[in-house]
Amino acid sequence: MYDSGKILIGIIVFLILFTSPTWYDLVFGTPATKPNLVLPNKADQKECVMTTEYMRDNHMELLNIWRDDAVRKGDRIFTTASGKEFEMSLTKTCLNCHSNKAEFCDQCHNYLGVSPYCWDCHVDPKTVEIK
Amino acid sequence: MNILFSFFAVLIIILAVIIGVETAQLEFLFGVIIPYAAIATFILGIIYRILKWAKSPVPFRIPTVTGQEKSLSWIKSNKLDSPNSTLGVIGRMALEVLLFRSLFRNTKTQLKDGPALVYGSSKYLWLGALVFHWSFLIIVLRHFRYFAEPIPSFVIFLQNYDGLFQIGLPILYVTDVLILAALTFLFLRRITDPKLKYISLSSDYFPLFLIISIAVTGILMRYFAKVDIVSVKELAIGLFSFNPVIPNGIGIMFYIHLFLVSVLIAYFPFSKLLHMPGVFLSPTRNLANNSRMKRHINPWNKPVRIHTYEEYEDEFRDKMKAAGIPVEKE
Amino acid sequence: MSESIIKPEELAKKIDYEPPKKGWLDPSVEFKRGVYNYSGIPKNVEYLQLPNPRKWQPEDPDWQLPENWKEIILNGLKERLDKFRSLKIFMDICVRCGACSDKCHFFIGSGDPKNMPVLRAELLRSIYRNDFTAAGKVFGKFAGARELTIDVIKEWFYYFYQCTQCRRCSVFCPYGIDTAEVTILVRELLNLIGINIDWVITPVANCFRTGNHLGIQPHGFKDSIDFAVEDLESITGIKVDAPINKKGAEILFVVPSADYFGEPHYFTLLGYLALFHEIGLDYTWTTFASEGGNFGSFVSHDLMKSLNTKIYAEAKRLGVKYIIGGECGHMWRVLHQYMDTMNGPADFLEKPVSPITGTKFENANSTKMVHICEFTADLIKNNKIKIDKNRNDHRKVTFHDSCNPARAMGLIEEPRYVINNVCNYFYEMPENTIKEQTFCCGSGAGLGTDENLEMRLRGGFPRANAVKFVKEKYGVNFLGCICAIDKATLPPLMDYWVGGVEVGGVHELVGNALIMKSEKERTTDLRGDPLLTNESVKK
Repeated sequence: MYDSGKILIGIIVFLILFTSPTWYDLVFGTPATKPNLVLPNKADQKECVMTTEYMRDNHMELLNIWRDDAVRKGDRIFTTASGKEFEMSLTKTCLNCHSNKAEFCDQCHNYLGVSPYCWDCHVDPKTVEIK
Repeated sequence: MNILFSFFAVLIIILAVIIGVETAQLEFLFGVIIPYAAIATFILGIIYRILKWAKSPVPFRIPTVTGQEKSLSWIKSNKLDSPNSTLGVIGRMALEVLLFRSLFRNTKTQLKDGPALVYGSSKYLWLGALVFHWSFLIIVLRHFRYFAEPIPSFVIFLQNYDGLFQIGLPILYVTDVLILAALTFLFLRRITDPKLKYISLSSDYFPLFLIISIAVTGILMRYFAKVDIVSVKELAIGLFSFNPVIPNGIGIMFYIHLFLVSVLIAYFPFSKLLHMPGVFLSPTRNLANNSRMKRHINPWNKPVRIHTYEEYEDEFRDKMKAAGIPVEKE
Repeated sequence: MSESIIKPEELAKKIDYEPPKKGWLDPSVEFKRGVYNYSGIPKNVEYLQLPNPRKWQPEDPDWQLPENWKEIILNGLKERLDKFRSLKIFMDICVRCGACSDKCHFFIGSGDPKNMPVLRAELLRSIYRNDFTAAGKVFGKFAGARELTIDVIKEWFYYFYQCTQCRRCSVFCPYGIDTAEVTILVRELLNLIGINIDWVITPVANCFRTGNHLGIQPHGFKDSIDFAVEDLESITGIKVDAPINKKGAEILFVVPSADYFGEPHYFTLLGYLALFHEIGLDYTWTTFASEGGNFGSFVSHDLMKSLNTKIYAEAKRLGVKYIIGGECGHMWRVLHQYMDTMNGPADFLEKPVSPITGTKFENANSTKMVHICEFTADLIKNNKIKIDKNRNDHRKVTFHDSCNPARAMGLIEEPRYVINNVCNYFYEMPENTIKEQTFCCGSGAGLGTDENLEMRLRGGFPRANAVKFVKEKYGVNFLGCICAIDKATLPPLMDYWVGGVEVGGVHELVGNALIMKSEKERTTDLRGDPLLTNESVKK
């Protein structure tokens, strides 16, 4: 007894499962939809609190530190490497420049399936204004 | 010896990719060519293995029965441990594959004074193996956030539950902790139990070290040696949609991780990791215990030399007649 | 019992489960008396037309193998890999998790690490890797591969004749890897170059010629049965009819030959005779297929088939409707899992129906062979026999599940139902030692020889220890079983490890308790042991 039929079904299931990323991307996917960040264009502010590379990798940790420092220690001033001072505030500082959450934050977060809990408490000023 | 051999093998793999990417700038080799080759080896290798197994028939119906057979109507038969239908076999196999049911039976034999043999329940291997395999599966599925665009909802679902405790930032995944704990246990088990140490080969340590390295590099990338994950996804999707691209500056840790994974899946069809497809083909687990109910066919049923009744009677006829035993030929 | 064997306590003390520091890849075997079996005698090897008949013994330095022995083995292995998916799978997928390591009775009783099922299979797997896999060819020793040498062959002989094909390891293996399958196939390979043991080869030769393993000729068979009929008459006062080779009988009854020639098997035979008389069964014994136990299954699939053909051939010649098989272990492995495939289809027989109760044995619809315990359980359930349980009151019974009926058939509740209905005192051994987890007697698959006694006592230690437990706890004095090898080899095992426990078949207990029409008052059981009377109980 060979059970060729059952084995064939098994191989097909194996193939489907292990090639699923390919056919998923081909069938449903929009592989070209890379994040497309709209960078701030502010006349009075050309510089972020840290380097772009640092922010790309570690913004979540910085925000976490800011939250702890501001909310728990009452320390609200952040000094950058170049000596410039910023208020530690997501809404007032970050969103002041990166004013469009959908075109900045959400671009990468959605692309990579990240659901940050910032917005559990903070509101996106834009959506408030629309109201 | 076996441990060191496997340890150095993994070390060399890691060094090779560091040298290859950092000094020789072989990003395309390690980011595209090798992953493609590994995936091809994995898929073709496994299919080749399965076909090779399939080429040999199952001449006899030899399930290992671990429960009451179906016999008289008033005796309750065990439909899972002594399945007599395909449905029962599917149930038995599913429990085996999903919950490692046979390992759940495991006992530990101890010889005490008396002499008295004691069989204690021993579920650590079952637990360690189950935690490892399930964590591994969930981690692989979570990686679909890099493989697929738009991200399927099950990935978000898994991420939410895996990160349920919201510890740390980025949020700690429970499976990351569990897989390392389980792998450590599985490794320690091999070196601390003298019996296990005695039976363990390099080919047992190598995949362990390889998978540990993969898990560790993955965790390092999440917390300590961060890489540009947008680019990672670009590369991954490029690979899967056959438009390979090498974005700049992803970070070396990613290439180490990717190369280790490539080695693992390319190694798969040549190793004991074949237990994954193999368990489905194991004749002691995938056959129904119905060999007296339904005839099982052996395609090569070999003719053998037999001693016929005629030959027998010819030799013993006189004695049979003298003893009053009926004979064919008087 | 041989004097060279040390006391049980000392033997147990010497068991050490810690393996040596040195690895196992270098083959090394020392053939000490008491732990191996003598080689097959040339006359019978020749009679069976098996390769390389010669005088040799395992202790000899030169085993006189054919010059191209290595080629023969490797070709033989290739052929078997192509014929048995089981072998290929079992060679490829073991992960050495060690779940099986302490499940083998030979390991538990000897502490020899190569008796761990995983390592027993690795003895072959290492050769398979070396010659049949890419990883083994490239990485050699590091991949656990080694070259096939004479010493490997000697190791195979030693360890694959320290496996009783009981399949306990397979229960615990997450992939169901079955050492019994590996053992049968390695023994096949060894046979290709003339390596075998006499306690397999001579019984096979006898079975081939005379139908049974002791070489009893038809008139001797009849004498035995006649003698049993007389014995039964002196116990019960009833002279039963025991037809032999009777054409047109409804049922053919096949038993292991020890039932009519060995003790305590013989008392089970008396039980069968009494039962069949009492229910008026139209059946026949057979001299041609006078061995149910298939010794061929201990050496190769070919010889298994060769011996097994006799049962269907005889059923066809006698024109019976179906076949009932007696109490025997490996016999039932073959009948249940191999017979129909090898020698079927049995389309000349009818689907088995009990002539007494009308019950259809649907689970045997194709093979047309019913286990005697299934048959008797059905009789009892339907109240077709009268029973006086008190006649077994001198027996405090426990039941040893024979490996193959338990793990190949799943025949678990039937014998228990029968025992519970014919005995007042029945006690189970601990759960890890019965049913699908039952321990072997330590002497199956051709290993039950006197020269192998030490290994048998070691292998039987887990079984004996479980019996000792219920003996001490409940006063058990009778070990019931449904296997001829059990009946032959458990008594010395009990004497060595336990003491004061007798061994017997389930149908011996049935025969004791069976009330026969117009029987005389019974004063003894089928063994001639006095029954407990009201007076003796008062004492």
